[in-house]
Amino acid sequence: MIPNTFEYKRAGSVEEAIGMLGGDAQILGGGHSLIPALKLRLNAPGALVDISKITSLQSINDNEKSITVGAGVTHAAIASDAVLAEHCPMMGQAACEIGDIQVRNMGTIGGSIAHADPAADWPAVLLATDANVIIQSSGGKRTVDIDQFFKGFYETALEEGEIITSISIPKTAFNRHSTYVKFKQPASRFALVGCAAAVEMDGGIVKSARIGLTGVAESAYRPMSVESALTGKPLNAETIDAAVQNVTEGVSVMSDHYASEKYRTHLAHVFVKRALKNLI
Amino acid sequence: MANKISITVNGKMHTAEVEARTLLVDFIREHLSLTGTHIGCDTSSCGACTIHMDGKAIKSCTVLAVQADGSELTTVEGLSKNGELHPMQEGFREEHGLQCGFCTPGMMMAATDLLKRNPSPSEHEIREALEGNFCRCTGYHNIVKSIQYAAGKMNGATA
Ligand SMILES: Cc1cc2nc3c(=O)[nH]c(=O)nc-3n(C[C@H](O)[C@H](O)[C@H](O)COP(=O)(O)OP(=O)(O)OC[C@H]3O[C@@H](n4cnc5c(N)ncnc54)[C@H](O)[C@@H]3O)c2cc1C
Ligand code: FES
Ligand code: FES
Repeated sequence: MIPNTFEYKRAGSVEEAIGMLGGDAQILGGGHSLIPALKLRLNAPGALVDISKITSLQSINDNEKSITVGAGVTHAAIASDAVLAEHCPMMGQAACEIGDIQVRNMGTIGGSIAHADPAADWPAVLLATDANVIIQSSGGKRTVDIDQFFKGFYETALEEGEIITSISIPKTAFNRHSTYVKFKQPASRFALVGCAAAVEMDGGIVKSARIGLTGVAESAYRPMSVESALTGKPLNAETIDAAVQNVTEGVSVMSDHYASEKYRTHLAHVFVKRALKNLI
Repeated sequence: MANKISITVNGKMHTAEVEARTLLVDFIREHLSLTGTHIGCDTSSCGACTIHMDGKAIKSCTVLAVQADGSELTTVEGLSKNGELHPMQEGFREEHGLQCGFCTPGMMMAATDLLKRNPSPSEHEIREALEGNFCRCTGYHNIVKSIQYAAGKMNGATA
């Protein structure tokens, strides 16, 4: 399969990349969502602006109150990062469940959330982390709360000409006590259902909980009813079973030949329970 | 529009003009005539096209040749040195790690990548590392044994 013709431009810096965008140019990160789409000719941009060689997008920085993950950091680099493992274990757990090692060596976290595949892992994880997405364009920089970032089926808050430069993960008690579990679609290894859960405990009682679910609806979401049902309660099998009752409340559950609506709904219950039970 | 690229493949620098849409696997097979790198699925699923780019295993059917400009690649042809089989190649021969051989170059490139990161993997770790590589005939059992053979030999050599 050969893509349509396009022009290739390699950017050395974010500023240079922003200058190269415009018209029907599109950003090329790791290419592991975009190139398959180009090969199927689902997408035919006039130019690709390759940001994968911009070194400033490739570091993970340990700040006082947050960890900044560059948009160009690969899944493989996140999987083996010690700072994230300590402050936000669900990040590393999710990273090493993405595709296979070859995919993890190329694909980036920025590319994944920009693409916003309804079955991708990062959207669920980042919703649970309470991250901020840092975005740059010719107009300057802006920060988008992760709760405002995912807008629907392959749809995000990104505007034309904007580049995600980093994702900022707060160093919080709930992120330190977090986990990711996933039921893989056996062929693609994307999530049929994936659940990220982060819980802050205080004297045996849930002080706050954040949960992200992917694969279930047309976009990753937080099952708020589960989060609020747990708050103020101890974390045990009974409180968890009671809390997950309405996990798909307010969303329209997807159905396809891998998993019917009924089966996906069932999986959503099972995987939210498993994630929370990991944190007892 | 032609793009000039310089890529070092198995230690030798190649300069060429390619279209931006040329896939790296096609560049390797068609321009360099290194046909050891196979195309199985062309959809990033099977791993037959696995090579190393700057020391990491990647699927060359899902990378553009222009993305590899300035990189160092190793293909299966680069494993043997001075006419001697690489321990991984020897392992696949000794342990019957192949039948038709179609998946074998990708398997060996994924496996050598694993041994670089983890010189003494458990059987489970070997199976996990082959997650992105399919074999439709040998079955994975002998492939795992071949990799264990290579690990044993490589560790023996460095001990
Ligand atoms: C075989 C296979 C298995 C996979 N399995 C999984 C899986 O299990 N779970 C999972 O979550 N994903 C999976 N993926 C997808 C993979 O994680 C992709 O790498 C990821 O979705 C996209 O990241 P990328 O860097 O490759 O982006 P690209 O493909 O380069 O780009 C994707 C989109 O994002 C845009 N973009 C890229 N970077 C930026 C940026 N910094 N700012 C703004 N826009 C940007 C591009 O213009 C494009 O529209 C799989 C992919 C393959 C090929
Ligand atoms: S040909 Fe590249 S993964 Fe199958
Ligand atoms: S040996 Fe035939 S596909 Fe593996």
